[in-house]
Amino acid sequence: MRHLLGIEGWRRDELEAVLDRARSHLPGGPDTTHLLRGKVVANLFFEDSTRTRTSFHMAARGLGAGVLDWSPSGSSTSKGETLLDTARNIEATGPVAIVMRHRSSGAPHLVAKHVRCVVINAGDGTHEHPSQALLDAFTLRQRWGSLDGRTVLIVGDILHSRVARSNLWCLKALGARVIVCGPPTLIPPGLEAMGAEVTHNLDAVLPQADAVMCLRLQLERMGEAFLPSTREYSRLFGLTTAREERMKAGALVMHPGPINRGLELAPAVADGARSVILEQVSNGVAVRRAILEVCTS
Amino acid sequence: MSAPVLFRRGRVIDPRNGVDGVRDVLVRDGKVAEVSDAPLPVPPGAEVVEAAGRWVLPGFIDLHVHLREPGEEGKETVLTGCRAAVAGGFTAVVAMPNTKVVNDSGLVTELVLSRARAANLCHVYPAGAITKGLKGEELAETGELVSAGCVAITDDGRPVMNASLMRRALQYATMFGVPVMVHEEDLTLSAGGAMHEGAVSTRLGLRGIPASAEVAMVARDLVLLEETKGRLHIAHVSCEGSVRLIREAKRRGLFVTAEATPHHVILDDRAVGDYDTHAKMAPPLRADRDVEALREALVDGTIDAIATDHAPHGVLDKQVEFEKGINGIVGLETALGLTLELVNAGLLDAKRAVELLTHGPAKAFGLPGGHLAPGAPADITVVDPLEEWTVDAHRFYSRSRNTPFHGRKQKGRVVQTWVSGRKVYADGQVKESR
Repeated sequence: MRHLLGIEGWRRDELEAVLDRARSHLPGGPDTTHLLRGKVVANLFFEDSTRTRTSFHMAARGLGAGVLDWSPSGSSTSKGETLLDTARNIEATGPVAIVMRHRSSGAPHLVAKHVRCVVINAGDGTHEHPSQALLDAFTLRQRWGSLDGRTVLIVGDILHSRVARSNLWCLKALGARVIVCGPPTLIPPGLEAMGAEVTHNLDAVLPQADAVMCLRLQLERMGEAFLPSTREYSRLFGLTTAREERMKAGALVMHPGPINRGLELAPAVADGARSVILEQVSNGVAVRRAILEVCTS
Repeated sequence: MSAPVLFRRGRVIDPRNGVDGVRDVLVRDGKVAEVSDAPLPVPPGAEVVEAAGRWVLPGFIDLHVHLREPGEEGKETVLTGCRAAVAGGFTAVVAMPNTKVVNDSGLVTELVLSRARAANLCHVYPAGAITKGLKGEELAETGELVSAGCVAITDDGRPVMNASLMRRALQYATMFGVPVMVHEEDLTLSAGGAMHEGAVSTRLGLRGIPASAEVAMVARDLVLLEETKGRLHIAHVSCEGSVRLIREAKRRGLFVTAEATPHHVILDDRAVGDYDTHAKMAPPLRADRDVEALREALVDGTIDAIATDHAPHGVLDKQVEFEKGINGIVGLETALGLTLELVNAGLLDAKRAVELLTHGPAKAFGLPGGHLAPGAPADITVVDPLEEWTVDAHRFYSRSRNTPFHGRKQKGRVVQTWVSGRKVYADGQVKESR
């Protein structure tokens, strides 16, 4: 058994083992409903989520597990219960794994130190979102076979993005070149030390990318003036149809969702031929089945 | 009248008086009576402390301690804080005013002093608030606070964000000759931050506090200091930029003093590790180049004192999500060992290390003690520089256990602490008078 708290620290062969395993969980694959039969997976989502929560739910059910879907509304957290007490109480009901999303970076790490079951990070603050990175990598491998020598451009609000951090670790580990692009106010320091190339000029690097991963502008995390306006952001960093035309032939467009349509991504691009956004969502279930299988085995 | 005490053949390090060598120290009536190169005869009825192989030092003085009383006695009291102090070799501590109730009146000052008298272990010097309720809106009554016994004013834990108010605080305090001690943090720059802004905060996805949050305020206050001809003490300096500004201000003759904590000179931001809230503090642990700059500042005199910023907190304050974790660690019982790490590594000589714990802080705040000339208070700390030990937070005298140093191996330990000629700590035990 092993926690999945982040991609950082996982070796290439370990990541590839999960991705290889995910292939057998694609629709039409062998019956896997016996793998977690009689077991329970607890979904602890302290923060709203559609895709990830549903995807983990579907994945657990697909492995034969029962699912405990927990959310803070109507729970004892409103009575002041601490995170650890909540987690320990959920653990006492006997799940094989806790899938956890939390608005604080590191919250799953805290829980993992105090429970005996597997903890799977389904997104912690602005830290990591490992299952998203794995499903992104899976989608790219599906298209390309291998990420070696490929260039992935991550555009947008890197500062607040857990997807960016996990993808950076994951894509680098799998052999890709990673460029991150956004306004200086949304680029945290030290990304180069994590292996990224940093630029603020989207048009200069766009033609180099084999895939462009647009990130959601996390307006809810921006109480301060990170940007003059969303209009200016869109003009400088939005993937418009005009920009799409300057992309490499065959280059892909990705987005972890939810999309601010017209802001970071033009609707025509989001729904266009390059877009693999819905494939990302579909692959998510297979990848999360593989995560549950590998972590609980 | 207490019996005389003779400390025999210890290495006496008394930086203020230029002493570093084997001496006998005779104590009578709570004061140092004689310091002698040659062995002294044992006076009748004297207690003899055989100090060969040990260091006999002026008692340590900590300018920055949170005793939590009144209001948070579950974390610490004046009594338990004093126990921790003497166990760490401190014979005097300055108690911060951010208690609940805030020490912004003579009444609270008197309460703290009465608790200290009852504890009867070490000297406790209260610091009063700069502003009423630490709200940063109106000046507290500095005159009353000083009359009641405060030795400094500070809103520690919070900066004085209003520059005009800070200017007046510096001006007003000149009437009383007390330093204005400042927690330098521009709250608009640090807002929402949980640790130092840098590669580590990026990796962990934690909102960073840039060094500029401190440096900008240091710059502002040095400008105000120059204008007001006041007396400024900068608490817990954490970064290179601050060091540079303080060094320059001292060179120009401004009345500024500064302190650094052992944790800021020993650890950098990597100590946060996997979201360890025991490494969460304000100011945050900084980058390695900042640590390097602080170490240089300890050596060259830019930093006047090592102060612990002893900040006791309960388990529930720390066993939470990192962003929710309360800032601060306890420090009284680990300060010497950590300081000696620098000495043992050859980064700081023993004399300067002792100065930073004794004469440096005494001079910064104009406190008695900090040296061993005849007539000085017999506040004495005896150290075994070779004893190897491991920090065990469960054995702290402090009521709290929040330290990132639990389990850390140390070389050099306090073996005895004497306050006003009375033995208050020896053989690992606090000696309380009944």
